[in-house]
Amino acid sequence: MSESKFYETQWQETGKTFLDSSELVLNMGPQHPSTHGVLRVILKLDGEKVLGTDCVIGYLHRGVEKIAENRTYVQFNPYVDRMDYVAAVSNGLGYCEAVEKLLGVEAPDRANYIRVILTELNRLASHQVWLGTHALDIGALTPLFYCFRDREEILKIFEKYCGARLTTHAFRIGGCQYEIYEGFAKEVLDYCDFVLPKIDEYEELLTTNRIWVERTKGVGVLTGAECIALGATGPVLRGSGVKWDLRKAQPYAAYDKFEFDIPIGKNGDTYDRYLVRIQEMRQSVRILRQAASGIPEGPIIAKVPKVLRPPAGEVYHSIEAPKGELGYFIVSDGSTQPYRVRVRPPSFVNLQALDKMVRGWLVADVVAVIGTLDIVLGEVDR
Amino acid sequence: MPDELHPIGASSPAEKPADEKAAPATASASPAAEPPAAPTEAKPATPEVAKQPAAEKPGDAAPAAKPGVTPAAKPIPPAAGAPKPAVAAPAGGAKPAAAAGVAAKPPAAPPKPPAPKPDPWQSPLVDKLRQAYGSGLREASTYMKQNYMVVDKSIASDVLRDLCKQEQFDYCVDVTAVHYPKRDEQFDIVWILYSFALNQRIRVKTQIKEGEPAPSAVPLWPTANWLEREVYDMFGIHFTGHPDLRRILMPDDWKGHPLRKDYGLTQQDDQWVKNNLGIESGQ
Repeated sequence: MSESKFYETQWQETGKTFLDSSELVLNMGPQHPSTHGVLRVILKLDGEKVLGTDCVIGYLHRGVEKIAENRTYVQFNPYVDRMDYVAAVSNGLGYCEAVEKLLGVEAPDRANYIRVILTELNRLASHQVWLGTHALDIGALTPLFYCFRDREEILKIFEKYCGARLTTHAFRIGGCQYEIYEGFAKEVLDYCDFVLPKIDEYEELLTTNRIWVERTKGVGVLTGAECIALGATGPVLRGSGVKWDLRKAQPYAAYDKFEFDIPIGKNGDTYDRYLVRIQEMRQSVRILRQAASGIPEGPIIAKVPKVLRPPAGEVYHSIEAPKGELGYFIVSDGSTQPYRVRVRPPSFVNLQALDKMVRGWLVADVVAVIGTLDIVLGEVDR
Repeated sequence: MPDELHPIGASSPAEKPADEKAAPATASASPAAEPPAAPTEAKPATPEVAKQPAAEKPGDAAPAAKPGVTPAAKPIPPAAGAPKPAVAAPAGGAKPAAAAGVAAKPPAAPPKPPAPKPDPWQSPLVDKLRQAYGSGLREASTYMKQNYMVVDKSIASDVLRDLCKQEQFDYCVDVTAVHYPKRDEQFDIVWILYSFALNQRIRVKTQIKEGEPAPSAVPLWPTANWLEREVYDMFGIHFTGHPDLRRILMPDDWKGHPLRKDYGLTQQDDQWVKNNLGIESGQ
């Protein structure tokens, strides 16, 4: 028996490395560049092998749900932007639509189109941030610059539309506050033409890059059934081959008017989730083109009373945020302030899958898996 | 081998779509492409008043629980445009502008139509559960096209198990709670469930008293683990059968449960702050 063969069998038999090692508890974070914020993971290791993890979260806990109970419906609107600050527009859309449902109001067509355009732009931006940082974690520096360069153009459109780049507060309950500016549609269409070749460029850097493939293929595998059991949604679920997207399953805003596909993976590994997100960016461009070339005329905000007093009752409304199902469960007591607002954050729930995904893998894979889950700690902690 | 991995450029994106098309959707995946779940959802129920006595509306307990809103605010008609003083002030400068933004554009809506009431929710599922549990199923209603049921706490875990194992509600979207301090059974526990096969979302609610445990859904849906930990953290509700019930967002040794209605907005665990941060107050 050759030496290497011997060590291999020993590994298989005892599950231990060939060095005489004992269990080691290693603290990762909260100040760690690849935890994408202030996530602390306590790793139980055997050599380099992960035996188990424990996530410590809450460092960014601001009590958003408590704040909601002490603000009016309108006042709380800007706060939701601060949860997933990479995709603030999606947060706002979910909240506004939930309150509209509570009020029994529907946003006019034109507002819905504007909402779709901004949300899809934001999805692109969110995926670009994810790709840049995820690639950086794994050791590819260039995509970060490419992605942030291209995201900048989206932020410029946001800034022109509503004056803010990140925490946009773009929507109001009942529709949108601002009419689109002159040339908005053309700028969006131009951006579509601009970004498609850029997405190919990201792919050229990574898709067949040997280091990338070896760091991501087969790493952090989740089957479709495991995803469902763990409540993982968004690209994580689709990467495992489950064709489910709230934009199709339960369309909101104007998504039923557009043609687009739901890209899915088949292996449920980090590489497939990467491919799914890349494809999603292309689909977003498809939606953007349809929406921007067909913005209907009409009012941009529905008739809502000056003082919002939704009738007593409760609703749950969820949307497909870039990271998964983002839901709002709002209880109204008939007063001007919500009695309870519960946010169902996709990052929080997806992060729960981390333990399952890294058990038995190496420390370096933990970094890859945290990246592939695409978490934003502002949303995990709220 | 290395040679295969390296070809760069146009060829790679072209291959992939085919690759992904070929991927078989897993068993539960298939329904996703189906049209949205229109059938379960009726039109908003404005005119049908009070068929159901609208069991326990949140309103009952609520007004008193909100120190910020004086009762006087209620009768003011929307046109008066004077809600601001009634609402707790601390919001500060930026917010009024936002409020004005919504209000400014459209003319104020005319005085409201009668408040919508929940309709009874009729479906084979409800009939089946009613048959199995009788009056344990306290209420099954549809509000704003959304179905929910209120069940007795004694049968909550059985109902959840049936929904999970027999009725294909395989995805637990959320577990949360609502606090009604004036009520005898102070807490609503809410499970939001979704079925991929039916493309249907329902809510199951149960009511428990202070100090009473709720059944844990972790054996059914592992995703409930963190969600229940959060409910425990924020409301102090124990879940029997939870494998690892610890605080999740607040520090482990924090005293108090912030989302209870009797926990003030700026309240904090002073002793904890002093011990751990070395300051008198974080406020």
